[in-house]
Amino acid sequence: MGRLSWRLARVAEVRPETSRVASLALEVPGWVGHLAGQHVDLRLTAEDGYQAERSYSIASAPDGRRVELTVERLDDGEVSPYLAGEVREGDQFELRGPIGGYFVWEPGIGGPLLLVAGGSGVVPLMAMLRHRAASGSQVPTRLLYSSRTLEDVIFREELERLAAAGDRLTVTHTLTRAQPPGWRGYARRVDAVMLEEVGWRPEERPLAYVCGPTRLVEAVAGDLVALGHDPARVRTERFGPTGVQ
Amino acid sequence: MAGYVSRGFRGRRRAGDGEAGRLPPGQYAEPGFPVLTAGPTPRVDLATWRLRVDGLVATPREWTWEEVQALPRSTFEGDIHCVTRWSKLGTSFAGVSVDVLLDQAEPLPQATHVVASCHGGYTTNLPLEDVRGGKAWVVWEHEGQPLPPEHGGPARLLVPHLYFWKSAKWLMALRLLDHDRPGFWEGLGYHNRGDPWREERYWGD
Repeated sequence: MGRLSWRLARVAEVRPETSRVASLALEVPGWVGHLAGQHVDLRLTAEDGYQAERSYSIASAPDGRRVELTVERLDDGEVSPYLAGEVREGDQFELRGPIGGYFVWEPGIGGPLLLVAGGSGVVPLMAMLRHRAASGSQVPTRLLYSSRTLEDVIFREELERLAAAGDRLTVTHTLTRAQPPGWRGYARRVDAVMLEEVGWRPEERPLAYVCGPTRLVEAVAGDLVALGHDPARVRTERFGPTGVQ
Repeated sequence: MAGYVSRGFRGRRRAGDGEAGRLPPGQYAEPGFPVLTAGPTPRVDLATWRLRVDGLVATPREWTWEEVQALPRSTFEGDIHCVTRWSKLGTSFAGVSVDVLLDQAEPLPQATHVVASCHGGYTTNLPLEDVRGGKAWVVWEHEGQPLPPEHGGPARLLVPHLYFWKSAKWLMALRLLDHDRPGFWEGLGYHNRGDPWREERYWGD
């Protein structure tokens, strides 16, 4: 396989998702396509030549030349406040990828699927759900998605539509910080009881993808193993705010 | 690629405090210690923990937790670099030099490579020369504290001159071979050697 070269990406569309999250649709001439769950490296160049590089998950299903990223603004970040705040249509930066061959899903990999997301950890899982829907897959899939508040839920309406399509997808939310009046869903961090109620039984041999902040991923992956799930069928991706113990 | 600018991007320019010259290309300094793992964190019982050096050695060796602690202690102080672009500058680990382990097992002359294998099934491959001569350790302390499970505790490999996926967590065994055998990430698109100063991140770099 040849070298992954840097390609100049042009922002075709900016779409706010929440107050802290924006989606960027990128036109990337020569893009080779990707698998749902993969990420890209971005390289930004300031006027004086200063450069910064970061990795971001791809949110879009594999569908040709466009690549969509969904970025959460981290207040102490160097790049995310620019991507999820400053960037406008027509802006340019470099992109390299796709990267990562493990935290990926295609219909042929099968299921049943348990997807567990914390915050913007939903992004690579959304690529899987979009790919699943676009390819007409009926693989039984359950998404358990933890957000702070209802306003922080990314892709809320699209997830509702996907779950209403009747193709064996269920979407369950938990809101950890505040709940709207009349909220009847979960209102706490994901725990073993919730995973038992929402997820599959170990005998059903689900394939689990867990993505979110380190604390959530550590807890969920540990709980799944403790519930009897095969560790080899629990795939994880952890991201910052990072690792300060 | 030159000739373009990301309009409005300024960046933070945190160089200083001795960072300049210590960050490999494309890296940024990260004060925390991010956790990156492809699966659940294995829980390893010290009572049954073993470290093995085998393959092309004159004397395959195995150490219990107590035995490995009794080996000459060695510390590393310096910088580590993750392929996901963070570097942690000025950190420290303590354990035993891989040289000590290899000296006891006596590598055969035809040994050229080593594969590290781990609880949870992870593997990574290295040229033997990358783990000899004071360049690699098996560590169980980070900055004076026991290495936490999410960072590879009880013990991990430490090969700080290469990207950190080579510093395999939850280390079980080092097997010496007379050929190269790509490990987990090396088979999934990541560079076979992973020198951060040459920016060997992915296949073909």
